[in-house]
Amino acid sequence: MPSLGEIIRESQIWKSIFRHPAPVDRRNRIVVMLTNFFLHLHPVSIKKQGIALSFTWCMGGVTFFLFLVETVTGVLLMFYYRPTLEWAYNDILALRDVTSLGILRELHRWGAHAMVITVWLHMYRVFLTGSYKPPREFNWVVGVILLLLTLLLSFTGYLLPWDQLAIWAITVGSNMARATPFLGYEGPGNQLLTIDGIDMITNASDARFGLLGARFVGEETLNRFYVLHCVAIPLAASLLLAIHFWRVRKDGGISGPL
Amino acid sequence: MHGVPLDLFLKQISGFLGTYYLLLALMNAVAAYLLWQGSSRQRELFRVPGADFPVTTAFIWLVVSLFFLLISPLAYSGDPQWMRLISLPLAVRAGINWLMDPTIYTVGTLLLLAFLFVFRRFFVKPWVAWSGLNLAMLLMGMSMTDPNFAAIVTKADNVPIVGLIFLLAFFTWLATYKAVLNDDRIKQGLEPLEKLDNEKVLVWPDLVYTELICMVAITALLLFWAIALQAPLEEPASSVKTPNPSKAPWYFLGLQEMLVYYDPWMAGVVLPSMIIAGLMAIPYIDFNKTGNGYYTIDQRKFAYVMFQIGFLVLWVTLIVMGTFLRGPNWNFFGPYEIWDAHKVEALNNVDLSEYFWVWFMQSSRPRAPEDASDLAKIGYAVRRELPGILLVIGYFTMLPPALIVMSKYFQTMFIKMGFVRYMVLTNLLLMMMLLPIKMLARWSPFHLKYFISMPEYMLNF
Repeated sequence: MPSLGEIIRESQIWKSIFRHPAPVDRRNRIVVMLTNFFLHLHPVSIKKQGIALSFTWCMGGVTFFLFLVETVTGVLLMFYYRPTLEWAYNDILALRDVTSLGILRELHRWGAHAMVITVWLHMYRVFLTGSYKPPREFNWVVGVILLLLTLLLSFTGYLLPWDQLAIWAITVGSNMARATPFLGYEGPGNQLLTIDGIDMITNASDARFGLLGARFVGEETLNRFYVLHCVAIPLAASLLLAIHFWRVRKDGGISGPL
Repeated sequence: MHGVPLDLFLKQISGFLGTYYLLLALMNAVAAYLLWQGSSRQRELFRVPGADFPVTTAFIWLVVSLFFLLISPLAYSGDPQWMRLISLPLAVRAGINWLMDPTIYTVGTLLLLAFLFVFRRFFVKPWVAWSGLNLAMLLMGMSMTDPNFAAIVTKADNVPIVGLIFLLAFFTWLATYKAVLNDDRIKQGLEPLEKLDNEKVLVWPDLVYTELICMVAITALLLFWAIALQAPLEEPASSVKTPNPSKAPWYFLGLQEMLVYYDPWMAGVVLPSMIIAGLMAIPYIDFNKTGNGYYTIDQRKFAYVMFQIGFLVLWVTLIVMGTFLRGPNWNFFGPYEIWDAHKVEALNNVDLSEYFWVWFMQSSRPRAPEDASDLAKIGYAVRRELPGILLVIGYFTMLPPALIVMSKYFQTMFIKMGFVRYMVLTNLLLMMMLLPIKMLARWSPFHLKYFISMPEYMLNF
């Protein structure tokens, strides 16, 4: 009598998904890395040093995992939350008080804080081990952009609960943009951009306006930040993540000279 | 938690604190157990007369564990009498509040980090680091019975920063520990430890399983965090009711803190862009080929120190200050001080041009006549601010060559890097150093506000 496990593993369905036997011997442990879509991100074999936790702190991996957690919880929250002045706050309130699985919001928010921290720790490790040195200069640059995107993701998400904490944090944060040199209406040099004595940079056309979609943090801002938070920045981050991981492989692992 | 009577507040916090001390007891007990298990490496520290067992480090951590175990019920009691025993004395708290100001805090942190760095060989020893951790945890526990301290630290969105401090401390210790080991080996002509592990292993199972375990652990941690701590939700947004203080999200509080010393166009736009650009430039201006793929400090001291000045000393320190020590009106408050919105701080800062024209030249500052043309007005403003303009231009253009002339170290650097890379590096560093310079100028008896002050063109520097 074959066991149930054997029956499953011998079935046509199983074999159509996993084309090779389970990774229990050396040959199949190699094959699985080459044939599985999710695993092919990895090399087949790796220097022992490259996976020592005390060396890597696993912070890059944790950051990516948190990105996935944020994506999953974020999509689920999008089913519920409506980014309008009428509903935004009430939806969050309901998530806290009455909705089942309202804990998704906690997971999303704490995951976001944790992700900012793990990105920093990841960069800290990369710096301290000199892993940005040749041939990985470019990947460090990609990483810095990813850091920026992480902060922007967190920043745009901060507004969505539409409570006092949210709009004032975003007000304080975005007020800076009004002082952008040349492009902010309170920034140095904005007087230079005039045509026939008419100021081109006003509080309805400057960098801050572009960021907020309005003269102050209002409904337009909520919509703008929602789209940035849920679509634009995650897409950009996904692309850069792909490049980041691909370059780790192409540059010969996470650390050390080639 | 303001407005809650002290005994009620102590009741509220007692459950958390009691568990906190229990966990500390457990932590030390585990350490003692692990040390005792590997007792072959244990050496006897000293012998207590009359006792016939050796006093080892394991024994000491067991005593520490018992100590925490004993104070845990005091915390659980929630009784003001008992809890006073495990609180920082009021006089100490008042003393710290009185002593603390931005100068003491920032310079103190710098000195502390510098001290840890210089004597890193001592501080990375596991028993020293473990003692430090225990002391920090004890200090934190003894501070938690202070309502003002607890109110700031347990504010939901501030909890991650408490975590960040401990994580940074841990990982900095870990990295420094490994760097010290490697530096000793390199001195003896040996390879760094990381290079010994050059043997290749299969990714399945070694890495794949590690990843799986990490994912499970992080998921568990996140679930626990989400259950234990509710995400903050304040009153509905109101554009007419400005909270005081109004703070940006915590990771931007270093930038908000810079607003004290810089105008928004610098603190909010130019400097953040410079930070990003500077980070991206690191691999291209660090020409040092050594220290790639292993922890070391001695082989890349300059890069290490500069990075830490930027990261730990400026970025993290200012975030911690902005989060925990900046209250209403962005005034500075000690960690145990009540956030009083009516605290008044005298601000009588003076611009450099006033010092130059009024104090030094004994005249009035140049001022354009009312009917002057726009161009003439700019001319007057430039003339008025000329000392500051020259100073700033000189700082960025004269210092880099001066460093080459004065220091052999920078000379070698210049020869190895070439003109462009050298200028990029030094200008980035000078830009970074301008922040502490501006802080010191502000705190000095001169209370210097701006080097260049042209409010009519919104150009203050």
